[in-house]
Amino acid sequence: MKTTIWMKPFYYVIAFVFASISLYPIVLMILSSFKPSMEIFMHPLALPKEFSMETFKKLLEQVPFMTYFSNSVFVSVVSVLLTLITTSLAAFYIARYTFWWNHIMFFIFLMGMMIPIKLGIVPLFILMKNLGLTNSLWSLILMYTATGIPLSILILTGFFRTIPRELEEAARMDGAGDLRILWNVVLPLMRPALGTVMIINFIQSWNDFFFPLIFITDELKKTIPVGMMSLFGEYSADWGALFAGLTLSSLPMIVLFFIASKQFMEGLTAGAVK
Amino acid sequence: MQTMLQPNTTKQKRLKKRKRWGIHLFPIPALAIYGLFIVYPQLAALTYSFYDWKGIKRGVFIGLDNYKNLFTQEPFSGYFWNSFGHNVLYFAVQMIVQNGLAFLLAFIIYQKIRGAEFFKIAYFLPRLLSVIVVGFLWKLILNPNYGALNVIFGAFGLENLKKAWLGDPDTALMAIILVNCWFGLGFAVLIFLAGFQAIPRDLLEAATLDGAKGLMMLRRIMLPLMMPSIMIMTVLTFIQSFEAFELVYAMQGSQGEPYHATDTLAVFFYRLAFGGGTGDSTAIGLGSALAVLLFLFISVITAFYLRYMQKKQVDM
Repeated sequence: MKTTIWMKPFYYVIAFVFASISLYPIVLMILSSFKPSMEIFMHPLALPKEFSMETFKKLLEQVPFMTYFSNSVFVSVVSVLLTLITTSLAAFYIARYTFWWNHIMFFIFLMGMMIPIKLGIVPLFILMKNLGLTNSLWSLILMYTATGIPLSILILTGFFRTIPRELEEAARMDGAGDLRILWNVVLPLMRPALGTVMIINFIQSWNDFFFPLIFITDELKKTIPVGMMSLFGEYSADWGALFAGLTLSSLPMIVLFFIASKQFMEGLTAGAVK
Repeated sequence: MQTMLQPNTTKQKRLKKRKRWGIHLFPIPALAIYGLFIVYPQLAALTYSFYDWKGIKRGVFIGLDNYKNLFTQEPFSGYFWNSFGHNVLYFAVQMIVQNGLAFLLAFIIYQKIRGAEFFKIAYFLPRLLSVIVVGFLWKLILNPNYGALNVIFGAFGLENLKKAWLGDPDTALMAIILVNCWFGLGFAVLIFLAGFQAIPRDLLEAATLDGAKGLMMLRRIMLPLMMPSIMIMTVLTFIQSFEAFELVYAMQGSQGEPYHATDTLAVFFYRLAFGGGTGDSTAIGLGSALAVLLFLFISVITAFYLRYMQKKQVDM
C-alpha cells in the first residue's frame, strides 16, 4: 500500500514517542541500580556519577539473591522439560491417531486456556498441603507444567499435522515402535514448534509470582519474583538496593531476549494467532 | 495362495494391536497432571461453594447461601459491585488505550518504516519483566516525593500534574490500568502486525487500482480483514482484565488501597480465600462462590462473543 509522502514524518514521531515510553522506565531502572539511594533521591533522572557495584553488593548482603536465582532456574528448567515431554507425547497421540475420543481430549485440553486457574487456588492449596508439597519447589514445577499444557498442546498438535506421514510409514516398515518414531523421526523436524513451546513456558514460569506467593513461605525456597517481595517489604527505604534487585531479576530474561529476539516475539504470538 | 498369506496377516494384525495398546500411554502423563492441577481445582471450587466453611474446615451443606450472601451481605456485596465496576473500567481502558494504540503502531510499522525491528523490540521489552517487577518499578517511578514522573512533570513546568498518583482514590486505579497498558502494548502490536501481514498483497493492489486509498482503504478493505486479530486481542484482554490481580496486589496490596479504590474481583477473591492480612477472617465458601461466578461470567461472555463474531464473518 502506498502512503502519501507527508504522512511519513508523523509516523516516525508517533513510533518514536511510544518507543521512548516503552524503553525509558527500563533504562531508568538499570541506571538507577548503579546509584546510591541518596543520589537517586537528589537526582532521579541524572546518569549515575560513577558505575559502582556498591548497590548490588548491598543487595546480595540483604537478601539471599543467589538462592532465589538458583531456585528460579531449577523450577523453570524442570517445568519446561516436563511440559515438553508430556505435551509432545499427548500432541503426537492427538494428531496422529483417529480414535473417536481424540477430539474430545483435544477440546478438554484447549478449554484450559479459558479456565481462570488462579481462582482454583483454595482447592489447589489444600491439595498441595495434602501432597506435602507446600514449601517445596515441586509445587511450582507441577503448577507450571500444568498451566503450560493447553497452549503447548495446541501449538504442537498443529505442527504435528503439517509433518508428512510418509516419513513415519517408512520407519514403521523398518520395525520402529511409536516412541522411537516420535523421538528419532518426528521430533527432530519439530524444532521450531518445540522452541516456541520452550520460550512461552520459560517466560511464564520465570516471571510468575502468584503460585510461590501462595505455596512458598520458606525464605530459602523462594523464586526471584517472590524474593523481590521480601526485599521490598523489608528494605523499602533503600532505593539503590531496590533498583538493583529489580534490574538483577530482569536481566537474565532481557539477555536471553537479545540473543533470540525473533524467536521470542514469534513464539509468544504464535499461540494466539493460531 | 490364501493359506500362505493367512499366518502372515494375522501376525501383522497382532503386531499392530500390540503397538496400538502402547500408544494409549502417550497422553496419560499430560492428562494426569492437567486433570489433577487444572480441572480438579475448578470442580472442587464448585463443590466448596455449596458448603459453610469455618476457616479451612468444611462445615454443613448450605446450598446457594454463599451466592446469596455475596450479593446481600455487607461488606461483601459492596466489595463485589465496587470491584466489578473496576474490572469493567480495566477492560474498557485497556481496549481503548492499549489495543487502540497498538493497532495504530502496528499499522505504522506495517508501512515499512525504517527501524521497524527496533520499534518492535522496544514496544515488546516491558512484556519480558515479571508483573511484580513492573508493579514495584512503577511504584518507585510514581512515588510522590522522589519518583521520576513528578520530576519529569516539574522539568516541563507541569506543576499541577505533580501529585500522589497512587495515593489519590481518583487516580490510583487509572494509574494501575495505564501501567498494565505499558506492559501489554508490545504483545498487542505484534498480534495486530501479524494480522496486517496476513492480508494478501494482491488484494490491496487491486483495491489501489480501484482508487481506494488512505483512511478509506484502512476502513473498507483492511479493517474487515483484521477482524481475526481484533477478535483475539479482545478475548485475551477481556479474560486478562477480569482476572487482574498481580499488578494491583504489587502496587496497592490485598486491600486495593486507597480505600478499595483499586479493588478488583480477583483481589477481593484473594482476601476471601486467604484473609487480607488485616485481621479479616477467611471465607472460603464465599470465595469459592465468587470464583465460580467469575469463571461462568468469563467463559459465557467469551463463548457468546466468539460465536457472534464467527457468524458475522460468515455473513461478510
